[in-house]
Amino acid sequence: MLGEGTKAAPALMHSGKEYVGLMELHGDVPDEEILKAFEFFTGDIYQVPPVRAAVARRPRVRTVYFNELIERSGRMALFRVGCSGGTYVRKLCHDMGEYLGVGAHMEELRRVRAGPFTEEKSHTLLDLYEAWADYRESGNADKLLQIIEPVEACVGLLPKLFILDTAVDAVCHGADLMAVGVSRVETGIRRGDFVAVMTLKNELVAFGTALMSSEEILEATEGAAVDTVRVVMPRDTYPSVWRGGLRRKTS
Amino acid sequence: MRLDPPWRRQPELEVKREAETDERYGKPPESRSVEELLSLGVVNLDKPRGPTSHEVAYMVKKMLGVGLAGHGGTLEHGGEIPLSPACFL
Repeated sequence: MLGEGTKAAPALMHSGKEYVGLMELHGDVPDEEILKAFEFFTGDIYQVPPVRAAVARRPRVRTVYFNELIERSGRMALFRVGCSGGTYVRKLCHDMGEYLGVGAHMEELRRVRAGPFTEEKSHTLLDLYEAWADYRESGNADKLLQIIEPVEACVGLLPKLFILDTAVDAVCHGADLMAVGVSRVETGIRRGDFVAVMTLKNELVAFGTALMSSEEILEATEGAAVDTVRVVMPRDTYPSVWRGGLRRKTS
Repeated sequence: MRLDPPWRRQPELEVKREAETDERYGKPPESRSVEELLSLGVVNLDKPRGPTSHEVAYMVKKMLGVGLAGHGGTLEHGGEIPLSPACFL
């Protein structure tokens, strides 16, 4: 993430991850048993973060969307897991080992997806370096523009609300988004969901926590729809109608 | 059992109030210049083995001469795993 784009990091934590992992079992287990363990550890699971973790070590709920066995060789099991951000796959392997009664550990891991970003569409440092050199030396930005994406690429998978021009600057100043400032809203938003607030030009304004469901937002004539948690768009990108700024600017 | 991950979600949009947007303010993401992207952009980067995500973010920051570069976060720290997970900056 570049420049102010670093502010979009929370979007990826709320958009799911996909990994390919190699689990080594400490005993002989038939395929069916492994599949049973995969099934058992699908859905909402409790996880205590590992000893060496960046977060507090207390049990927390994480969602495993799927566990798939890719290949099996002796005590090694190659698998693919889709899960919510903050799921420790190392811990998942350990816990599956306990469930199977033989013990297990994670041998290798590769993340193949972080929210909307997939391994197939990733670029190497060298790609970036060459594109940058092209741009700097000959002013040719073609390659660079294929590699650097707008910050909005991060919010591809988040539920979104699109707001009126007149509502943008207040949110940029940290105010809650009022329901009357909403033009369009995605269906399926529930209270408490992490959402992206967008302009009608598809620009990312801010992230927040939904205070109303999609249905409530559509019907509301007053009240706050989103509690603004993090602002990404710089202030004064849109006129500040809310403090009479538009009149000043246009007169 | 298989649950739909966020990348399988197919949301629909509902209109609360039809509105136009004033072309004088803001800019659609796809029409931004390199300079604008450098101050508000992302690169889906395949992190090489070896250096930490922090170190790679630092390299990118120096290369592009941007004030800030960060990464989307890897979950496991401290070189516990010989093959670091791919990291997206």
